Amino acid sequence: MKTYEIQNVKDTRSGFGDGLLELGKQNPDVVALCADLTGSLKMNAFEDAFPERFFQTGIAEANMIGLAAGMTIGGKIPYTGTFANFSTGRVYDQIRQSVAYSGKNVKICASHAGLTLGEDGATHQILEDIGMMKMLPHMTVINPCDYNQTKAATLAIAEHEGPVYLRFGRPKVPNFTPADQKFEIGKAWTVSEGTDVTVFATGHLVWKAVEAGVKLAEEGISTEIINIHTIKPLDEEAVLASAGKTKCVVTAEEHQRNGGLGDSIAQVLARRLPLPIEYVAVNDSFGESGTPEELMTKYGIDTADVIAAVRRVLKRK
Amino acid sequence: MTEKVSLQETAQQVRRDIVRMVHAVNSGHPGGSLGCTEFFTALYGQIMDYKRGEFHPDGHGEDLFFLSNGHISPVWYSVLARNGFFPVKELSTFRKIDSRLQGHPATHEGLPGVRVASGSLGQGLSVALGAAQAKKLNGDRHLIYSLHGDGELQEGQIWEAVMYAAANKIDNIISTVDYNNRQIDGDVSDVLDLGDLKGKWHAFGWDVLEMNGNDIDNVLKVMAEAKSRTGKGKPVAVIMRTEMGNGVDFMMGSHKWHGVAPNDEQLASALAQNPETSLGDY
Repeated sequence: MKTYEIQNVKDTRSGFGDGLLELGKQNPDVVALCADLTGSLKMNAFEDAFPERFFQTGIAEANMIGLAAGMTIGGKIPYTGTFANFSTGRVYDQIRQSVAYSGKNVKICASHAGLTLGEDGATHQILEDIGMMKMLPHMTVINPCDYNQTKAATLAIAEHEGPVYLRFGRPKVPNFTPADQKFEIGKAWTVSEGTDVTVFATGHLVWKAVEAGVKLAEEGISTEIINIHTIKPLDEEAVLASAGKTKCVVTAEEHQRNGGLGDSIAQVLARRLPLPIEYVAVNDSFGESGTPEELMTKYGIDTADVIAAVRRVLKRK
Repeated sequence: MTEKVSLQETAQQVRRDIVRMVHAVNSGHPGGSLGCTEFFTALYGQIMDYKRGEFHPDGHGEDLFFLSNGHISPVWYSVLARNGFFPVKELSTFRKIDSRLQGHPATHEGLPGVRVASGSLGQGLSVALGAAQAKKLNGDRHLIYSLHGDGELQEGQIWEAVMYAAANKIDNIISTVDYNNRQIDGDVSDVLDLGDLKGKWHAFGWDVLEMNGNDIDNVLKVMAEAKSRTGKGKPVAVIMRTEMGNGVDFMMGSHKWHGVAPNDEQLASALAQNPETSLGDY
């Protein structure tokens, strides 16, 4: 098991905010729109540095998505910012028609995704957004795992022509990926090589998988951990190469089981390499108020749940 | 007068195109299309400043138009074709498989003239405002035009956009409302009354004009006035009174021709009322 040093503990949304500021300096076509959550999205620095390229839309997310679509017509690269719930479910039809179907180069940047939003409760804890976004034709769906990766992804998606959904979160989590990484859309990242089982993880669950891998190694179980930061397009060859080696698979995500990363992996395996698979995901349930840690434990997406899923799938191998 | 006669002749040919297009596939939306015929004909024939004979999706250095109530695609397609955006004969592919002329306008098939998909109502004003703000960022002094249905104003997103436009002083847009008081289920005033529509736009901070959309002279005059009001710190709205089905007697005065195609007999009657012009049928 490869070991990683925790460089610091930071929120992925700050990776977005810092990335956006850097991007603003690099690319004059980048504009940012926010629906009254500038502080929460860490977009203040961009707003301060480039006030003429920052658009405060008020609490009107549908209008924000339409505005962004329209700005692409003038050659701009709009980054929209609000919570994941209001970035997807609330504006699904606007994204579908004005952005995705119209092929607009809009970057939909979504913070506070999943249970780890915490105390605000289930109204805000969207666990269906990956499913909704990945179903849209030609939509790229990215869910980075830590601050450094979120920052790198924020920069990288500007170079990609087409709509992107970038998902990140609220809590401070271990920042362990390289600060100088080059983010490659659609390219899975092998966190640690192993031989007995593969854990495909995304977002906050990548670090949970690392923690699980360390504990499993103490029992002599060799876990391969793959960070699927790009859920769509999925790196099918990386999935097949790892699964073909370990012959059993666990998927881990802060999302509903229905429609999430696990379903994408299962689809590849069912078509090309049928193998046992176990899911670590929220199982057809809304969340509730609580601390992020309490919620991850209660809803079955914590380190212990990854370990339990590995044990289950090894028995089916 | 030559130009005006020409616009009227074009409008007559456009009416023929509309009824023939929807008849050919027994589907589509003739009512609103016929009601907006003079508006589209005048817009592309005289009002807008755009690059003729070429289409650039980014629209730098030209006026842009956005159709928010996408279901009246027949009139838009006809006017686009009659103004050289694509071959007139392509109108015969409307709503057919493998066509660029989708039931509702789309960019997906690359039809020249269309810059965003519309059909699901209420989204076009936001997109138009985004394009208007991009023009300002680019230092491009050209204008954005948009058209909206009256029933469409029941969508909440429209009012988000109306509020945003005035608050941000987006004064390089002229948004027109097709106020025919008809929607699918009946009269707009019965389905969900818009109340004091002019007062609403005014209260939201727009400069508001009114126009008779079926009088081409009035359209030219009021739209010229609307243009003169741009650049003064306020977005400009034009409430355009039209008659659904205008120009085809049996389609006028009822909401029933919102989305119904004429049969063979009705087509013959509609065409007899709008004889073929020197432009010729597609």
